[in-house]
Amino acid sequence: MTVDTFPTIRTALPEERKSPPTPQAAGQKPAPPRIAMRDFDLWYGATQALKAVSLDIADRSVTAIIGPSGCGKSTLLRVFNRMNDTIAGVRVKGEATVSGLDIYDSSTDVVELRRRVGMVFQRPNPFPKSIFDNVAYGLRLLGIRDRAELEGRVQHALQRAALWEEVRERLSGSALQLSGGQQQRLCIARALAVEPEVLLMDEPASALDPTATARIEELVLALKASYTIVVVTHNMQQAARISDRTAFMLSGKLIERGETRELFTRPKEKLTEDYITGRFG
Amino acid sequence: MSPARPELPVGLSWWRRFGNAAALGASWVCAAVVIVPLALIVWHLLAKGLPEFRLSFFTNLPKPVGEPGGGMANAIVGTLILVGLGGLIAVPIGVGAGVWLAEYGRGRFAALVRYTADVLAGVPSIVVGVAAYGLVVAPMHRFSAIAGGVALAILMLPTIVRATEEVVLLVPRSYREAALALGAPRWRAIQEVVIPSASAGIVTAIVLAIARAAGETAPLLFTALNNRFWSLQLDQPMASLPAFIYDYAKAPYEDWNRQAWTAALTLLFVVTILSGILRLSLRRSQGGR
Repeated sequence: MTVDTFPTIRTALPEERKSPPTPQAAGQKPAPPRIAMRDFDLWYGATQALKAVSLDIADRSVTAIIGPSGCGKSTLLRVFNRMNDTIAGVRVKGEATVSGLDIYDSSTDVVELRRRVGMVFQRPNPFPKSIFDNVAYGLRLLGIRDRAELEGRVQHALQRAALWEEVRERLSGSALQLSGGQQQRLCIARALAVEPEVLLMDEPASALDPTATARIEELVLALKASYTIVVVTHNMQQAARISDRTAFMLSGKLIERGETRELFTRPKEKLTEDYITGRFG
Repeated sequence: MSPARPELPVGLSWWRRFGNAAALGASWVCAAVVIVPLALIVWHLLAKGLPEFRLSFFTNLPKPVGEPGGGMANAIVGTLILVGLGGLIAVPIGVGAGVWLAEYGRGRFAALVRYTADVLAGVPSIVVGVAAYGLVVAPMHRFSAIAGGVALAILMLPTIVRATEEVVLLVPRSYREAALALGAPRWRAIQEVVIPSASAGIVTAIVLAIARAAGETAPLLFTALNNRFWSLQLDQPMASLPAFIYDYAKAPYEDWNRQAWTAALTLLFVVTILSGILRLSLRRSQGGR
């Protein structure tokens, strides 16, 4: 198996983009992973959706989770901010931490966890409020009332999400008047406003046109410098374009994980190879 | 070149075209018939009610038979007070119950609440009046505006509860998720995102309930009774437009009959204006969207 078999994926891989130097190679003390999971199981009622998943996610990197529909990749993503809590009958077993904080420990404050772990959804879901109020929502939840501080933080978040120039004149206008791509960047700004450490993205571009998708992908690459990003995607080209590491899931199991280039060009597992060559999924 | 396709008959046969036209025509007629009752009512009210529809009708109190210049100022204000009282009781309870049903309503108790609301919606209004009589009038030993307000509230409640539940369920799940993912506790997500998103539908439900309650006569007969004099006291009988329409329409005096038409026209205006104000204030509160 060589990469030449899949020209589309190869062209999607940036030339000469070296994977980030491993701490060992740089002669530093290995940094602890931002997210760590050991033998993690999750059940929806009687159905087991995650089976003994172990995964480390390095700080300030982009990790893509790929796999066919129903493989558990969204479920895995929703473990990191405990969005699975909203579904009745969810049980978990195993260890999962974000920045050393035990995600499912009974003493863990879900509100604090979700401040540290922001999320962007598949479909842009701005609130039917003004652009400003959308971005300020998380800040107000934190009890920030001071107008000047709110304005500063909203502007900063919008700038980071590469939306500021487009909306600076109409912050009080409805968020629903923005285009789909703008709405998704607004949702990213809304998530960034509370200064999270981790940004979870659940197929963030699957509802967008190619131009808007490209802007989101550029944005992900830019944000990597400051945040740990986990992206769930159906789109293998997208995973190849934006991620440093990729994890492949199937039927609730983590089949393979590794450097993105490595995984796409020299998969170790037969199942991974079958999936990325399009034999199923 | 594309291969030759078998010839298909062009167009429709005459009887298919005739069938189409007949079906279309019939459904158009049915649609038009829907307009007829309201048009007839408005036409009739205007024709019969307009002659007495002048300022004195809105500023004067009812006068004895035969004396010209009688008005229904007390009944107009009374209707507003009674409907307001009913709304004051029914809107918070109804919206609260509807939101609870939509957000948390699972299990037996929720099913019981839904079932009760549905049955309550089907209870004849005169029975509701009797119930309010037993609940309020009998213990107070007196007909009163409060009793009327309670009766109207009971009538409004099921509409508001079930319609609120439906519109809250229509709020996309993604709004809730977005708020929760930002760290909002569930109650804040409901209060700050879900309810505002559903507010247009909730207001529509309230308008419907108020419009229905404003026209109710039967439940007021046992509760607020009626009053020919000016009274704003809530523990006293209170005048209302439906009660006056009822009294004046069946009276054997021609001038009272004419005023009944005018009162009916006025009631129509009151309901229209009330719903207009509610919808306007909603649009204002949503920041001109």
